[in-house]
Amino acid sequence: MSFTRRNALALGSAAIAVTLLPLRAFAASEKSMEAITAFADGATVAEGGIELTTPEIAENGNTVPVEFSAPGAKRVMLLADGNPSPGVATFNFGALADPSGSTRIRLAGTQNVIAIAEMADGSYTQVAKAVKVTIGGCGG
Amino acid sequence: MAKARVKAPKTAAAGEMVTIKTLVNHPMESGQRKDKEGNLIPRKIINAFTATFGGEHVVAAAFEAAISTNPYFQFSFTVPATGDLVMKWTDDDGSMIEQTKTITVA
Amino acid sequence: MKKFTKTLTCVIAASAFATVAVADEDAKLIINDELKIETNVAASADSPLDELFSGWVFRSNETQLMQMDDFDNPSFIFVEQAEEQFAKVDGTEGKACATCHEDVASFKGLRTVLPRHNASTGKLDTMATLINDCRTDRMGAEPWKFSKGKMTSMKALISLQSRGMPMNVAVDGGAAEAFEKGKELYYTRVGQLDMSCANCHEDNYGNMIRADHLSQGQTNGFPTYRLKNAKLNSIQGRFKGCMKNIRATPYKEGSDEFTALELYVASRGNGLIVESPSVRN
Repeated sequence: MSFTRRNALALGSAAIAVTLLPLRAFAASEKSMEAITAFADGATVAEGGIELTTPEIAENGNTVPVEFSAPGAKRVMLLADGNPSPGVATFNFGALADPSGSTRIRLAGTQNVIAIAEMADGSYTQVAKAVKVTIGGCGG
Repeated sequence: MAKARVKAPKTAAAGEMVTIKTLVNHPMESGQRKDKEGNLIPRKIINAFTATFGGEHVVAAAFEAAISTNPYFQFSFTVPATGDLVMKWTDDDGSMIEQTKTITVA
Repeated sequence: MKKFTKTLTCVIAASAFATVAVADEDAKLIINDELKIETNVAASADSPLDELFSGWVFRSNETQLMQMDDFDNPSFIFVEQAEEQFAKVDGTEGKACATCHEDVASFKGLRTVLPRHNASTGKLDTMATLINDCRTDRMGAEPWKFSKGKMTSMKALISLQSRGMPMNVAVDGGAAEAFEKGKELYYTRVGQLDMSCANCHEDNYGNMIRADHLSQGQTNGFPTYRLKNAKLNSIQGRFKGCMKNIRATPYKEGSDEFTALELYVASRGNGLIVESPSVRN
């Protein structure tokens, strides 16, 4: 393959995109922030401590499998940060339950899925996972 | 009326962690879609799920419209002794689906 | 595997196709930890394809997994509904499906040979026409609409009885004429996009069409639960969707055209293993 001007341009813009990425670290939308503040009752929310499994690329945004495990959590909230309304589900675990679960959700487009957990000691933590939602040729 | 499918083990060892899979046949109408005339189709979703075992709270979930059609939920809990796992799903219209699975500790 | 090595050359040839491959080449389809289904089989000598791939191999890991357990596969909601329907008396004759066909398992193998030429009518029988013939002629019940819930659910239940068996439709004898008609439809470019079935499913399977991984368009998984519309989809319903995608006016479900095409497409997959009801995107 010869190195064409078009390819050079594509490479150039890709390089720019990569260098810009660190500036765009995860920041929840305003609506998500409101939901997180309400869930955590305004307390500080730490990062990590939750295993959130999502597909890197979802074949269809209509049915996206999501799995979470938050050892030591009493409550877990899932948010779809880029949906018109970010709420997905809130789980309240009793003493018998393992604070984990799996469900299938709707994502309006490429976005972050956020899990926030309230731990047994009353502290809060969150993780976010980016999910690319493809606009299909025929499957979409 | 919507129906629930539940996959639960019939037996478990005392103190064993079991996994329950649930699937409900339900449109989960989001309230954000429009019909052919351009009118908003009213929201109709399963908005809540609860599971108890032997009367003890296991998990309660509040669902929003972002849960997919035919909602799927899988959870795990520790079986202390023989008992009934009672699961309830609540529809926006106030109707309920209830399913009970007995898990026997041998 | 040919389909994955083909990608690069085609990207240069057609800018509509991108390079991201999402399928796991080594994934094996095992349902309920017990039923192994071969998703890649040799094509017959007269096949236009070098080898046959189930649509399952082109899907992402998450979609593949959903089909590997009959509980995770949402199709089984509808299979259960069909089981109830099978036992239910319907129509003026006071009969249920089960009145004559005591055990649905007696339909084992039927899915693999449909569509099939019917010598007495001179037409092709599809599962939909067989079900409706039973309903109208034997049960005195209203026929079901093609691709509507009850029909597709019943097809899923009956097709399930053949899961694990190779497709084996006959294309000679009385079926020869329909086969030729179906073949012609398959290779005829139609619609505003001026495309034939073959442009995507023969020339470009394994490549991406925008963000979607093109399959060979095989029928061995139908009815299929699609993540897109969260319900069971029939073969001819899918043909309709394809034709709309290429901006063509679709034929009607149950038309001679679609039935001939169903036979031809099924024959291209002879040897592929029935997976019905499958899960696709």
